[in-house]
Amino acid sequence: MKNVAVIGFGQTKFGELWDRSLRDLAAEAGMLALKDSGLEPEKIDAFYIGNMAAGRFAGQEHISALAADHMGLNPIPATRTEAACASGATAFRQAVLAVASGRHDVVMASGVEKMTDLKTSEVTTALMGAADQEWEAGIGLTFPGLYALMARAHMAKYGTTLEQISTVSVINHRHGAKNKKAQYPYEITLEQAMKSQLVADPLRLLDCSPITDGAASVIVASEEIAKKLNPVWVLSVQQASDTVALHDRKSLTELAAAKIAAKKAYEEAGLPATKMDVTEVHDCFSINEILSVEALGYCPDGKGGKFVQDGKVAVGGERPVNTTGGLKAGGHPVGATGIRQIGDIYLQLKGKSCNQVKGASAGLALNVGGSGATANLAILGRELRRK
Amino acid sequence: MIGITGYGAYIPRFRIKAEEIARVWNQDGEAFKRGMKINEKAVPAADEDTVTISVAAAKNAIARAGIDPQQIGALFIGSESHPYAVKPSGTMAVDALGIGPEVMVADFEFACKAGTAAMQCCMGLVQSGMIKYGMAIGADTAQGQPGDALEYSAAAGGAAFVIGRDNLIAKILDTFSFTSDTPDFWRREGEKYPRHGARFTGEPAYFKHVIEATKGLLKKTGTTVNDYDKVVFHMPNGKFPREAAKKLGVPEEKIRDSLVVENVGNSYSGSSIVGLTNVLDKATPGEKILMTSFGSGAGSDSFALEVTDRIIKARDLAKKTEYYINNKTYVDYGTYARLRKKLTV
Repeated sequence: MKNVAVIGFGQTKFGELWDRSLRDLAAEAGMLALKDSGLEPEKIDAFYIGNMAAGRFAGQEHISALAADHMGLNPIPATRTEAACASGATAFRQAVLAVASGRHDVVMASGVEKMTDLKTSEVTTALMGAADQEWEAGIGLTFPGLYALMARAHMAKYGTTLEQISTVSVINHRHGAKNKKAQYPYEITLEQAMKSQLVADPLRLLDCSPITDGAASVIVASEEIAKKLNPVWVLSVQQASDTVALHDRKSLTELAAAKIAAKKAYEEAGLPATKMDVTEVHDCFSINEILSVEALGYCPDGKGGKFVQDGKVAVGGERPVNTTGGLKAGGHPVGATGIRQIGDIYLQLKGKSCNQVKGASAGLALNVGGSGATANLAILGRELRRK
Repeated sequence: MIGITGYGAYIPRFRIKAEEIARVWNQDGEAFKRGMKINEKAVPAADEDTVTISVAAAKNAIARAGIDPQQIGALFIGSESHPYAVKPSGTMAVDALGIGPEVMVADFEFACKAGTAAMQCCMGLVQSGMIKYGMAIGADTAQGQPGDALEYSAAAGGAAFVIGRDNLIAKILDTFSFTSDTPDFWRREGEKYPRHGARFTGEPAYFKHVIEATKGLLKKTGTTVNDYDKVVFHMPNGKFPREAAKKLGVPEEKIRDSLVVENVGNSYSGSSIVGLTNVLDKATPGEKILMTSFGSGAGSDSFALEVTDRIIKARDLAKKTEYYINNKTYVDYGTYARLRKKLTV
């Protein structure tokens, strides 16, 4: 397999973008990424786009060709990937593999979601498409409900507290306050988080990521092209799967697919967890960040709550996580999130983050689909791995 | 000069507190009160509707105008809760008020701004000489689906204005409208409760239209917000008019008298104009008032008014708005559900 690098990143504002359509968002992010890379559009050989539910959110399928057309990329191959909230990182992995295989030299990987044209109840129903329709949706479960079950199980098994869970959102908002592209760029207090409207016990409003419009895009390239361009190297991309239905899992308190992907990624990158200077995890609900830092081996199972509460995930802490606000403060346009995460690691490693971790040289992004059925993980680094 | 010859408000006596609604829906009433700045809202009695509210407000307006109702040549009721889909509210009102039958009547609907649209139509008819006086009314018994955020705000009330060219209480110096197809809030024929686009009702709907209409009026009249002593904005809640004031550089003390929403809720077509009646009740001669309504769908009407000396005598000729605000009896959610016919089998 050939070496692959990220050479450009672009992101739209994340938020309730009433006057922007699906195609506007996809095109803006792609053009920004191209501009960042310094390459001309003709250099792009192939296009992947992660999107979860444009068919349900906007009535629009076939968005791969639509987005490519609106960026003037025709006639290159354009492919949509779908793995629920991990659709974006799935597109990234396909793009990396396409270059690593030698088939293409420069590939654009984007993610887009336009969610705010529907009522909240309709969005909730559409998102439930990421779960098991027959066994979960059919009995009335929603994603807040699924993650609440995981939170309850974690609390029961390990003594994780609501205060620890709420601290996830407090820290992510503190980070997001510095991010102009964030949906909610302001701080919240622990009291506000713990006293916010109950959504699905124990999860409260400020434990839940919002409904968001937005797009993000990265350009990946072969070593030959990238080495002239101040690249950030892709040291590993890993994807693992688990049961879609939560009740089929061996454990409700771990992200097993993420654990498997992480183990493989550390091996492939030749770097241990302790070398990850910056990390992006999938805090769609605050409990997920706790499950994620455990799955990534940043702390032992059951200690994620304390890890967060001790401030280790904060910028300035031992293992900074979600330095630009995560999904909670940054926003969660589901198909775009995975690409946005890669982009934020890329910016950190280039020293260009809005909340820079000094001297960051390696970073990890974990994008999770559904309640953990898809885990997509990438490790990026300033230095090429030694083979 | 065209202006307001008489004005009057009416607000039903029953109130339900935000905490009581929150109690039933297991929500945080305190947080709602802090966020939306509505403490309680007016609830119509079983025998009250848009027509009875209109008549009560119009009686006060006629009393302040001191005119023979027979001199009123047009009556328009703006509402989104006309009791009948087909059969005018206005016909019942003119008969009850002793107006007509030689009178022009129509019902208006434009979400929360149909009352100010009625004022503008009366202005035109008076200005053209087609009528001597016109009665413009905005009143509602607004609907909120049980459990929806609207339940905290959708209230009942109304205000009425005799528009004429003599015996003015306040001159209407100018008016300006700003309207676009913005689907932020709607109720289809036959549906019991409206639907809304949640936060879409804010920036692209309320704020855009209120601000553009206000700016348009200021430009048309060559004035700035500093030229006005009191300002009234439509009040879907207590938060939006404060934010609109902030965005337009209006200090909060200038909108203070208009913020009736805190204690009576949003009476939709009555909202901004009930605010105006409260401002007039407290105004001093010579004061200038800026009022901008908002109706979902969406549009805003902005008005520049100047209070005359006649306010001093006229305001005591009928019950003031504060009387209705303070004359209240609390009901629990069960009573509220019964009064609002929310219990259906």
